[in-house]
Amino acid sequence: MTAMHDQNVAYAEELLRLGSEDKRIVVVDPDSNKTPFPFQETYPDRYFEVGIAEANCVSFAGGLALSGKIAFANAFSVFIIGRAYDQARQSVAIPRANVKLVGFYSGFSDSADGATHQCFEDIALARALPHMTVLTPADSNEVVRLMRWSVAHDGPTYMRLTRGKWPQITPDDAPLTPYVLHEGNDIAIFAIGTMVSRALDAAEMLEREGISARVINIPMLKPLDDANIQNVCVGCKAVITCEEHSVIGGLSQTVAWALRGTSTPIEPVAVMDTFGQSARDHGQLLDHYGLSAKGICEKARALV
Amino acid sequence: MTIPQLEAKAKQLRKDVVRMLSTDLGGHIGGSCSFADIMAALYYHVMRYDPANPEDPNRDRFILSKGHSAPIQYAALLDLGVLPQGHKLKMLGSILQGHPDKLKTRGIEAGTGSLGQGLSLACGLAAGLRLDGLTSRVYVGLGDGEVAEGQVWEAALAAGERGFALDNLCAILDSNGIQANARLTDTLDTRPYKEKFDAFGWHAIELDGHDMQAILQAFDEAASVKGKPTILIAQTVKGKGFAFAEDNPKYHHAQLTPEQYEEAMQI
Repeated sequence: MTAMHDQNVAYAEELLRLGSEDKRIVVVDPDSNKTPFPFQETYPDRYFEVGIAEANCVSFAGGLALSGKIAFANAFSVFIIGRAYDQARQSVAIPRANVKLVGFYSGFSDSADGATHQCFEDIALARALPHMTVLTPADSNEVVRLMRWSVAHDGPTYMRLTRGKWPQITPDDAPLTPYVLHEGNDIAIFAIGTMVSRALDAAEMLEREGISARVINIPMLKPLDDANIQNVCVGCKAVITCEEHSVIGGLSQTVAWALRGTSTPIEPVAVMDTFGQSARDHGQLLDHYGLSAKGICEKARALV
Repeated sequence: MTIPQLEAKAKQLRKDVVRMLSTDLGGHIGGSCSFADIMAALYYHVMRYDPANPEDPNRDRFILSKGHSAPIQYAALLDLGVLPQGHKLKMLGSILQGHPDKLKTRGIEAGTGSLGQGLSLACGLAAGLRLDGLTSRVYVGLGDGEVAEGQVWEAALAAGERGFALDNLCAILDSNGIQANARLTDTLDTRPYKEKFDAFGWHAIELDGHDMQAILQAFDEAASVKGKPTILIAQTVKGKGFAFAEDNPKYHHAQLTPEQYEEAMQI
């Protein structure tokens, strides 16, 4: 039975742990974390609640970085990188500020709130910024690894998290470069975030049909060496990309670009240039928009 | 420096801006000139700042939120020797970028240019310095057109006495009445300022932005205020110092003629 864990809980706990190890770590929060928030309770002087003001939040974090701090700024994905995009660009990316942007509730995961709160453009926006590292953890273990990496890295990062409990699927010694989670040879399935566990489910289903699928996780979407993408799917006849993100500017275009010198057929499983809507739960929305193991299998069968 | 010396320095900085822009380059002359007296006061008297040691952690910091007025700040940094001579403003590869760039230019505390973000940067910087127990003060220059940007008020709210009460923060509003294309009264009048900043929990001081004695007194007063940040609401004249430019919306950004250049050099 695979353990289930909430990325937001992992984030909160690791932030506290990192904060105890390095006094430079501070947090800027535009009314985004539920209280009690552990870091806030333990280090109230290092926690800056700026109110529902995401633009100030991000530039304020940039200012803290000017004083030598390692500044985490967290909010809903749609707001931290969407609403505050110019701030991420001017106050963080251009000066290479040591600011760690964290986007909560990415994709459909804020299911009840609907289109305004469901963000499918954040990876595209973040990737387009020079100097910005883009992190897409597949589970809570990966959140911890990526946070530790971020703090050791002097420069801007954007990390997108999902909501609720998801399976722990990544090994403790997983690298930051694209890596294989499930071996296979017919088709390569690249996946990020929530779609990694669905890709693993799809691989199992495909195996029963005699289709051998290789599932590859990409925890760091930028910077990304094209050669790593090319090498990790060598031998497979076709590629599928799976992301809880728009087909525009995310994983699919990143992988397609990396494989541009090949003639490998590539198909995306992604949000096809549409906004979301309200639903009872996250899984329902993922299934409705084709971001399911079943959806992945359908694409795979058509390719092999 | 004495008041007459500071006034002379401000005049020199204005001429340095004109030299920097010369006649083959357009530039933001208006807002650089309206801010010249404030700039002189800060770099040559008010700030704890040793130009021989511009990375001293205990230094006071200045952020030019109205970053297009970069020439006046560059003029001070060049004069102080923080920046080397020989770079041409806005040319390819120059350390003198069109808007302040922290990575390319020594002495620039924060990159600015997208209006409305500098106050937030100053707030974060002030908060971080205070957290480390430093007594450094943070000064930030705002434009009066700039305060139409909502983010300015997000930052003001956070910095005020009901927010983080950043009393190591001192803002200066360059109230010259003209923005990029027209007078504020013909576009969107952002006044009144004192009432707004009072309401946001700041200590607001109104003054003549070209009266050096009043400027120094205001900065002194600001340094003594506890529990809230201070803003100097400086009544200024855009293009101050050059008759052809004074109070003229056309000189927010302009390219001078050889005649105007000569006139400027005679002041």
